Parts: sequence; structure tokens; C-alpha cells
Amino acid sequence: MTPSPGNLPSTYSSNRGIYRLMPEKDGSGLPGWPVLRQLKNGDLLGLNGVTAGSERTESLAARTKTADRVVGSVCPYCAVGCGQLIYVKDERIIDIEGDPASPVSNGCLCPKGAATFQLVTGAHRVSHVLYRRPYGMEWEKIPLERAMDMVAARVKKTRDESWGDKDQDGNPLRRTMAIAHLGGATLDNEENYLIKKLFTNLGIVQVENQARI
Amino acid sequence: MGTSFGRGGATTFPGDLVNSDVIVIEGSNMAECHPVAFRWVMRARERGATVIHVDPRFTRTSAVANLHVPIRAGSDIVFLGGIIRYIIEHERYFKEYVVNYTNASAIINDAFKDTEDLDGLFSGWDKKKGKYETHTWMYQGVDPEPAAGDRESDVARKGEATQRKPIQAEHTDATLQDPRCVFQILKKHYSRYTPEMVEEACGIPQSLFIRVAETLCRNSGRERTGAFVYAVGWTQHTVGVQYIRSAAIIQLLLGNMGRPGGGIMALRGHASIQGSTDIPTLYNLLPGYLPMPKAKHDKDLKTYLRLNTSPSGWWGEFPKYLVSLLKAWYGDAAREDNDWCYDYLPTLTGDHSHMNTVVDMADGVVKGYFVMGENPTVGSMHGALQRKGLRQLEWLVVRDFQLIETAEFWRSAPEIERGEVKTSDISTEVFFFPAAAHTEKDGSFTNTQRMLQWHKKAIEPKGDSRSELDFIFKLGQRLKELYASEYDQRRNWPIRDMTWNYPVEGPLEEPSAEAVLHEINGFTVLDRKPVEGFTSLKDDGSTACGCWIYSGSYRDGINMTARRKPCWEQEHVAPEWAWVWPHNRRILYNRASADLEGKPWSERKKLVWWDEQKKEWTGADEPDFIKKRPPSYRPSKEARGKETLSGLDPFIMQADGKGWLFVPTGLQDGPLPVHYEPQESVIKNPLYGQQCNPERMEWMRTDNPYHQPFDDPRFPYLLTTYRLTEHHTAGGMSRWLSWLSELQPEMFCEVSPELAEERGLKNGEWATIRTLRGEIEARVLVTKRLRPLRVKGKRIHQIGLPYHWSTKGLIRGDAANDLISFVGDPNVSIQESKAFTGNIEAGRKSKSRRYVTTGPVVRKLRSRERERDLPGARRKPETKHGYKAAEAKEGNV
Repeated sequence: MTPSPGNLPSTYSSNRGIYRLMPEKDGSGLPGWPVLRQLKNGDLLGLNGVTAGSERTESLAARTKTADRVVGSVCPYCAVGCGQLIYVKDERIIDIEGDPASPVSNGCLCPKGAATFQLVTGAHRVSHVLYRRPYGMEWEKIPLERAMDMVAARVKKTRDESWGDKDQDGNPLRRTMAIAHLGGATLDNEENYLIKKLFTNLGIVQVENQARI
Repeated sequence: MGTSFGRGGATTFPGDLVNSDVIVIEGSNMAECHPVAFRWVMRARERGATVIHVDPRFTRTSAVANLHVPIRAGSDIVFLGGIIRYIIEHERYFKEYVVNYTNASAIINDAFKDTEDLDGLFSGWDKKKGKYETHTWMYQGVDPEPAAGDRESDVARKGEATQRKPIQAEHTDATLQDPRCVFQILKKHYSRYTPEMVEEACGIPQSLFIRVAETLCRNSGRERTGAFVYAVGWTQHTVGVQYIRSAAIIQLLLGNMGRPGGGIMALRGHASIQGSTDIPTLYNLLPGYLPMPKAKHDKDLKTYLRLNTSPSGWWGEFPKYLVSLLKAWYGDAAREDNDWCYDYLPTLTGDHSHMNTVVDMADGVVKGYFVMGENPTVGSMHGALQRKGLRQLEWLVVRDFQLIETAEFWRSAPEIERGEVKTSDISTEVFFFPAAAHTEKDGSFTNTQRMLQWHKKAIEPKGDSRSELDFIFKLGQRLKELYASEYDQRRNWPIRDMTWNYPVEGPLEEPSAEAVLHEINGFTVLDRKPVEGFTSLKDDGSTACGCWIYSGSYRDGINMTARRKPCWEQEHVAPEWAWVWPHNRRILYNRASADLEGKPWSERKKLVWWDEQKKEWTGADEPDFIKKRPPSYRPSKEARGKETLSGLDPFIMQADGKGWLFVPTGLQDGPLPVHYEPQESVIKNPLYGQQCNPERMEWMRTDNPYHQPFDDPRFPYLLTTYRLTEHHTAGGMSRWLSWLSELQPEMFCEVSPELAEERGLKNGEWATIRTLRGEIEARVLVTKRLRPLRVKGKRIHQIGLPYHWSTKGLIRGDAANDLISFVGDPNVSIQESKAFTGNIEAGRKSKSRRYVTTGPVVRKLRSRERERDLPGARRKPETKHGYKAAEAKEGNV
């Protein structure tokens, strides 16, 4: 088998781009040439995983091995619900892999699921609350607490101004038609529960999600 | 599914497809869109199962199927109807199953008239109202309750409820010979769905069609089972619900429901889309498929309960679930003497679903909008109208990972780039809140097989990122404070009395998701001890439960959804991995896997059976039946509620315990599926004079123009949209990732070599695709995966469009959904995006394009509009918006 970047573990190519083809001597007095080691080990194809190894190989380990903890999770993309394992070290996620124990997925992840690591750790994620004022041309950063206060105030004002108590026939309405919500299929059940509970009790009936889209 | 079987959820789980002898995948590209679940299909095939893929395109699913059946998008009901006719005409149905477990023998009202008699309409069309009066669809002399969601709709139409009676056994004919029985009506209804008609309407050669029908029949009966798999290729039509109904009829006739390797597998596209209908962020439902009160009818608790409690079947338990929900929401404030605060709930006056909301937005009625984890300007129909709506808002709140198109509609949109709309003219105030990822919060997703799986928080969210749980909890706290001085006003009492004392934890003082799950599961009010399951719930105020179907997910205070016992330590059904609603039952209606005496139909297909020694149901799965009810049990005439379910009634949520071949109540647009053409089609309806679904939802507005119903010379081609493996819906979770963007970098359209020649399109070059709503540009992919079909003697070209792209992200392109109009299914208000018409030409021709919201893109047609409706079914626009909206909805299909 010809060594190539394709069939070698990636760590092999770290030595200034040259593959380590001259392993150290193994104490047998023979040079450590791979072909000799292959003959000695009866491993003619060089595929048993030992012959081609080196001391450095021995010292290598997947970074998941050094994780402080592994947290059981679920893929956030489609509804198949593949199991995921989140590897955490120093309070940072260092890897996300499929969970072999899951009867749903047996450790598999599709291209999207396999990209979850980038989804949750990528630089694309915004970490500030942003505000665009009416007619504004740009976003402005505002503090989270202030933004929460502003939203609560808007909800109250809109609700109070648009309250409908009864329809023209005197039937009870108890609602506002001026506030609406969209989203839920990517959220947790507990979140949907609080959304439905809070909004229904504010009299917001137009609560919808991707189930219709 | 809800109306046929009783619950709006997939009846099985992908892993069980491995037990199927035949798998029909239709309306789904499973290999590319749900690859990990598709492994089970491949394993079934290795075991000898036949895999059939019915789809307009030849995809990777087709490539590994035994049979690919190309079909004209929008014609599936003809194809499925053809199979139904084949089964009946050749007497291939599973007779014992059909007679005993379905409503085949029920006698229908004498006044019922079929579409056969009325050229595409059922009896009961009310010309004035533009909708059906459904009482002629009823069983003879009885008033059965529809199981799912809109159980109130029929009663609502009749006004006051009459004396409710359970279904009487004398109105059946077990020989199936009575011309008024469901079976004979079915036979007549489908008599013209012949192989010739399938060929003419769908473009499927007769020999190929017969091969499919025969394969299905051969793989059913005691020893064999088959499964159907679908996704949004079936739901996104003006007759979407009836597509699924058609499959339900086939599966009931062949005796495939409730059995290993059988059932109907709905594949959903978002991590918790099933969960968001179970605990609905949907306007028409309360948690657990309890309907929202209607202003006109549900005046007080007594009336609401009377209209919704079924005299027979499991929905006789209704009051227990509703009272427990009100106790969960209002705690001590909910008392018997104030009707448990029932009159805190807002009421409905019609359809308040997404499309109506957007139209109301565009018309200035809606002032404030929350969008959480969704990107409607890309993922929803008619992007230009969506953005027009956002421009009219006073305030908008968007919660997402990054600045998606919906958050930036005011500065990044096609109409802004072209100068039709100016940022400085848009008055909407926009708040963007960064969202926490699933790795940064505790919570459960409900996957496509109704399974609740817990994901644990791995790390704290960074910066201002917060979970929706935290956002909503703290917004609620603030509103309670803001209203504290105004609690003298009655309208503010719900805010005052809403229980909102969730314990907080961690450095960010976030509410505990487990505490919320505890409330969802339910508890006894006195000691807050979690209840065992929904059978423990009471209607006397002693129990509280946030969502009765999820009851049991936190039994004994153990988070059942977080269970992760490895699959190698469990049997195939894996009952100790997470938790499935209802009651951890993995295959629904599984009592049907046993025969009349309760023995498995065969050794090969055994799942659940009656244990004569222990006097209870047992087996590999949790029995979806009353555990101690023997097969020999027959209800007395005086029985009410669940006591009316006999030992032969596997579909316990239905009023009569049977699988409904014919749906006497619960659907807006007919008791049986009927083929109607899409709103915009390439041909005249080959079966009936009625061209389109007469109950479809339409919005007759200048900013939502429709093409001619068929033969529109401006728009000769059939368009359909779809997804790719490497992208996720509207792209919010994929177009910002380099790993995925690199794999699938550019918007394209798929065309056949024949169409490419006809329109001068070259592979890899640009094309412009046009409808009356908008124009988009895309790279051309000329491929034999799409081929022209012969339909009604005409050559039909179809164009395939992925819909993931838009103006933001690492990779940009035009959004296919900008082409689609607002038009929807009357039962569930889902739009029609899988079949519509348009035109294509070579080159980038849209530089000077305009959207319909800012000016016409194409000149109006001079000639007279063709009709979509029979003279007797034409209607005038109803409301100020000019839309036609059905009254009540069920949440899911």
C-alpha cells in the first residue's frame, strides 16, 4: 500500500509535510525499515495497524480522550434525532460525535449532523444583542437587560392599545390581534411550553411555527 | 393521520422499517434528506424487502430503490387512488382486518352524495358560505367525534350540540355488501381511478403502475407487511391532508397498521417539529391537541367541555386533561367555583395561521412580531410578501444564531438591492437577540417518531446568548411586574394568576428545564409528586398537567427523556432509550398486530398479544390499548367514554375505535380523498369538472396573483422545490458554515436535456425562472434525473428547485420560495410549494425585475381567466383581505 495523505491518519503528515517512513529501531538489531518489520510480523499487506506504527503513533490519542467530560445530546438539525456526544475540555466544546449507543443512529451522523461542531462553535455566531431603530441604517449594540425591558414595554403598549374584549355579537374574545409569534420546530418542548403559556395568557393567539411551512 | 387513525403523529419508527417487506417512499427524498434513518431502508432491502420510490426526480433514493416511478408533481392522489381501486377490484384486501378494525362496514347517511355523482363535489356544499356542511357525511343515525384537533368544527357548524350518542352497532354490515356501507362507497368512489387514468394523469406507464400495486398486495396479509414513508412532498399541497389520507386507506385495506414493518412514517425536517405540534406553538391548539376555545361556541367551560368530550372512545377523558392543564397554568387560582379559570383563555374567530398573520401584517393589523429559530423571508412562501409584512410592523424581535435574512430584511433583500425600497423609509424597530445552541441549554426535542430525547447543557452560553426558555421566562417576569399595578382590570388576571415560579440555576440564573418538564408531565396538587401517566389525571382539580400526552415522561421524578441505555443492551424496540408519547408506545395502534382472539396474525409479524394467563396485553412494545381489556370484551348499550371501546377496537382515540377509511367528521374538504389539480397546473383536471380543491384557502390580492389554473401560455412548466443533504431548510443552520457551504455552494435548477434544448439552456450557465410573484436566477443543471412525462397526451416538463439560498451567509443565491404564492390546504393551512407553474429562460434576465409587492413583473393576461371551480362552487372573496379561510384546523398531518 502506498502511503498517501488519503490513507494515512492525518497526524502522520505533521512532520514538515514528509511522511515518517523510517521508524526507530525496535531493539531487534535490524534497521526499522517498514518492509523488514512487515516480514517479521507476517503482515505482508501492512494493514494490521501495528507494523506501520511508530513510537509517535503510540503517543498519539484522539483529542476526545482528553476531554474533561462527555455530555449526551441530540442532533439539532432534522427530526430523525440522532444521538450526539459533546466533548468538553476547559469549559469549551472540543468535539461533537455521533453516539454509538443510540438505537436511532448507532453513532452515525449525516453531513449536517457532522457539522454541528462548527454550528455551535463557529465565528459566525453573534454574541451581542443588536438594535435597529426606526429608519436606522445600521445595527447598534445595546445591553441585554435594556433590550429585555424595551421588548416588555413594547408588548405591554401594543397589547393595551389593541385589546379586544368582545366581538360585535358580544362573544368573548379576550385577546390582542396585534402581536404574533413564529417559530418552535427548532426549539425544545420546554421552551414551546413556556412560549404557549405566556403568550396565551397575554391574549396572543397568533402563535405559529414551521409545522405549516 | 389524525383523522384516519386518531393521532397526528408517525405511527411507527424508522428502525422498524427493517421489518418491512415492501417500503414505498413517496413525497420524500429520504436518502438525501434523512440519510441516517435511510440506513434502515437499506437494511430492509438487504433482507429482501422491495423498495419503491415515487418521485418527479430520480434522486439518490431512487438510485438504490428497486423501482423508481417518475410522477407528475401534484398527481399523487390519482396514483394512490389507483392502488386503492386495484386492491378492491382484485379483492386483495385483508378481509378479517378490514371488517373488524376499520369502519368499512359502517352505514353512511342516506343523504350522502359522492364526487362521482356531483362531478367533483361532495354533498353539502354551501354556496353562500363557500364551504361544506358536513352532516351528510355522518354515519347513519349517529354523531361520531373526529379524534384530532378540530373536534369542535362540525358541532360548531351545527350550532348547539344535540344529544350525543355513541356509535350503535346495528348500523353496520359485516358482509360489506350494503350499497350505503363505507366499503361500497369506497369502491364506487375509486372506480374511475383506473390504470389508464393513472397513466393519463400522472404520466406513469400502466405496466409500471401495476407492478407497484401488485408488489404492495403481494407483501401484505398475515405473514407480510409494507410501510409508507412521506415528507413535505406530500403535505405542501392544497390537498396535502388528503394525500396522507390516501396512504392511510391503502394501509388499512392491506392490514398494515399497528404491525411490525407496517404503518406510515412521516419524516419531519426540524429537530422538534413533532414536539411543536404536541406542545403547540400553533394558534388553534392547546397542549396535547386540546382545541383552543372558539368565540362563537365555547362561551363557558360547561359548553366547551360538552362540545369537546366524546361520548365514546378515549376522548371521553377530555375534561381530565383540560382541567389538569388549567390547574398547571393557574395553580391555586383555578377553582371549581370559577370554572378553573377557563375564561382566562383567549378565543378564536377563524383561521389565525401564519399566512393570515402575514397578510394582516402587510395590512397593518399586526404591530409586533416575535420570530424564534425560524427564517420566514427565505423558508416561507412568497418572500416578497413576507418582507412587505415586516416593513409594516412597529417592532420585530428575532432570536437566532446570526443575522439571518429575516433580521436584516430592512437592509438586505432583493427589493432593497435594486432600489425599489429604501432602508431609510422602513420604520420597523428591530431587536436581535443571540440564541443559545442546544449544547448550551437543557431540554428535550421530540423527533419524527414521537420520541422525546433530552439534551444536556454542555457549557454556558457566551456573551448575550440565551435560551428561549430564559428569554420567555424573564420576559414573563417583566410583564408580571409591569402589570402589577393594573391587576384591578380583569384582562390582566391571567398574567397575575399564571404560575411562573420556576426555580433558577447556574451563573446566569436560568430557569430549570427539568422543572418545566415536571409541570408538563403533571403532578398531584397536594404534594407536587409527579403522576405516573395520563391515566392518573383527574377532573376534580387534584392533579395538574401541562400536556397530557407527555404525561409519564417524568414519572417518579425521573427524567425518562434522558434515558440512554445503549441499544446493544436492549431489544430492537429499545424501550429504555428516551421516552415516546403516548406512554412509551413505540408502534401506535399495535393491538392490530394481533387477530380477533388477541393472538399475533403470524409468528413472523408478532408484536403485542393477549396473555390468557395474566389476563393482560403484553409483547415487545408497550400495548397501545387498555391493558386489562380482553379481546372478548363488548360494551353494553349504556357504556360511555372509553368503556365503549370493545376488545376489537385498536384505534382507541377514535369515537368508534376503528381505523377510518371514510372520515365522517373532522375534515373540511371531504370524507374521502379526491384528485384536484394544484392551484396552478399544466392540465385540466382529467377526473372531474371541479378543477381545484373547492375548500382551498386563497388570498385574492394584487400582491398575491395567481396564474391561470391550467394552460397558462406565460407559465407552461411545472415547478417543484426540494432540499439538499448539505443544507437545512432556510439555511440559518447551514449557509453560515464553511464545511457545508463548500459542499453545496450555489443555487441551481434541475432541468431535463429535452427542456434545455427547448429553452436553449446550457449546463453550468445561468437561467431566469419567473412567476407572477417574482423572478430568480439560478445555475442550470441539465440532467436526465428529470425527464419529460406524457400527461393527457401532452409532453410535460418539470423543473426542480432547491430552496436554501438567499441574500446573506457565506454563500448567496436567489430564494426559490420567492416564486410561490399564498394558497393553502383547508385542513391545516399548509401552503402549496411542491407543485406550481412558471417559466424559464436562458441567461440572467432579472436585472430590471420587480417584485409583485413593488410593481408587476409580468403584464396581465388579456384573455378571460379560466375557472377553478364548478359554477355551483364559485365563491366571492369573503373578508376585507379578500382571502378565503377555513374555520378550524388540526395541527399536524
